[in-house]
Amino acid sequence: MPDNSYQAVMARKNDIMKAAVGLDYSRFESGGIAFDYEAMMAAPGLDIHQVQAIQADYGVGNTPLLELKHITALARKYARPGYGARILLKDEAANPSGSFKARRAALSVHAAKEMGYKGVITATSGNYGAAVASCCAKAGLKCIVVQECFDSKGLGQPEIVEKARKCEAFGAEVVQLTVGPELFYAFLLLLEETGYFNASLYTPYAILGVETLGYELAGQCKDQYGAFPGMVVATNAGGGNLTGTARGMRKAGCESPLVAASVNLKGLHMASDRDFNMKSFTTGHTGFGMPFTTWPDRSDVPRSAARPLRYMSRYVTLSQGEVFYTTEMLAVLEGMERGPAGNTSLAAAFCLARELPREALIVVQETEYTGAGKHPNAQLAFARANGVRIAAGDPREEVPGESIILPEHPGQIDCQEADLNHMRKSLIAKAIEGAEMPIGENDLRFLALETNSGADFVQGVIDQFGRDKHETSR
Amino acid sequence: MIKKGTWVQLHSVILKPKERAPQVPGDTAKVPLEQWVKGRLMEDAEVGQTARAATRTGRLVTGALVKANPGFEHGFGAFVPELLAAQESILKAAGEEAPDA
Repeated sequence: MPDNSYQAVMARKNDIMKAAVGLDYSRFESGGIAFDYEAMMAAPGLDIHQVQAIQADYGVGNTPLLELKHITALARKYARPGYGARILLKDEAANPSGSFKARRAALSVHAAKEMGYKGVITATSGNYGAAVASCCAKAGLKCIVVQECFDSKGLGQPEIVEKARKCEAFGAEVVQLTVGPELFYAFLLLLEETGYFNASLYTPYAILGVETLGYELAGQCKDQYGAFPGMVVATNAGGGNLTGTARGMRKAGCESPLVAASVNLKGLHMASDRDFNMKSFTTGHTGFGMPFTTWPDRSDVPRSAARPLRYMSRYVTLSQGEVFYTTEMLAVLEGMERGPAGNTSLAAAFCLARELPREALIVVQETEYTGAGKHPNAQLAFARANGVRIAAGDPREEVPGESIILPEHPGQIDCQEADLNHMRKSLIAKAIEGAEMPIGENDLRFLALETNSGADFVQGVIDQFGRDKHETSR
Repeated sequence: MIKKGTWVQLHSVILKPKERAPQVPGDTAKVPLEQWVKGRLMEDAEVGQTARAATRTGRLVTGALVKANPGFEHGFGAFVPELLAAQESILKAAGEEAPDA
């Protein structure tokens, strides 16, 4: 009988993971801070056309790029003359399971089947679970979805309950847990018990799957409008959406700036039993977005293929009220019910469009399905029942967990700039923790790529930390 | 008595409070990590009793029998007047007349 205590299972996580993802991560390591990211991404041996072919087998991809003419016209009312880019929306809800996560799932499930696994497990409370369940149904593989769903009173977050329903609808087994990071422990035990494939969101497969999204949107802009977009906005949580989109755009020759957007949940602790049901967004928020941007390797694989800080040119945040309001805008002006979490990037685009000239294109690169539990009405009714104040007013006055303030008019939607240099410094600080000084050339170059900066910037940050440390030790 | 073969939900405690991960915040550390799974009941059992069930993937799981034929009750929630007001303000701003209040 193996020792299944928390400590014992966590101690053998690397062996469990190696068996469950069919990839030996040690061969990409350098022995220092750096690892060979591009070699890891190339390991599956799939080019973008092969990825597209696999996705086509699952009915995934080739989603329409829609022009939101009425929202564009509204955004222009708040822009200087000559400004207000055309807002385009990639309708990823058109994928079989209702979100862009189908792209990631198709690749993971395909890999699992190729490698001879009998089933697939994924740890997620979101759309990805439904996507994996959907692809497993098509591939004839068994599927287990492990989700953090309830607080200690047994109260389920309605959006997560809806995901459980959807996974079961595709024939998956759903294991539901109360709040806590030990979901990973339960997940490892299940991998050991079943010998199934870990369809992590952070393997090279999962990110290669998103590359087609960036590749498609660049091609659609070129075909439909004769130009690449002036800006692309991606809702950001674990970083895979942004990373894959950026890499795919580059494969199409498109270097347009990519802006990350997250819902601001400042002050709410992601592992807190009390805070769990006080948030009205279960993904696309800063509670995932910030920590995964500043330290991608906190994920469930030894090295994450999602490394968003390499690719983002800006990072903006929005309030919950602003995203709900924009979700209503999409419904009432464009006749589309989507989201809400996936509409974070739309809310950002509504204000970022003002920065670009009228002839420019701004692409919102995803939508997600909506329905019972997910819909703004379901979330706001749930929040109100839990004591959160819902009101119309100034969205800047919203306090996550205490209030949700819907704007009184569209002009109040105003995304807030997060400090990318602060995030870069945070990533570097974490990376050099315990490292021998001075760090080598290879590690310096790696950190410059990781932070989308330069070797001088990285060296400057390291020197600054050295001085600060010296000061505090005196 | 719930009959063998019925679709049921089982509950178990995965980690007691003192077995939890060291990094969990204070409120979470005070409560156990609990789990719910569904499957077909292997033997007749009463609600509240420890029972076994076979899940959709064929795993055998043990736990306290919570309920038979568990369903979903999530929906769209009570009417939220602020959302209607939001729509009206959007339509007004877009230059279309909102219906008279």
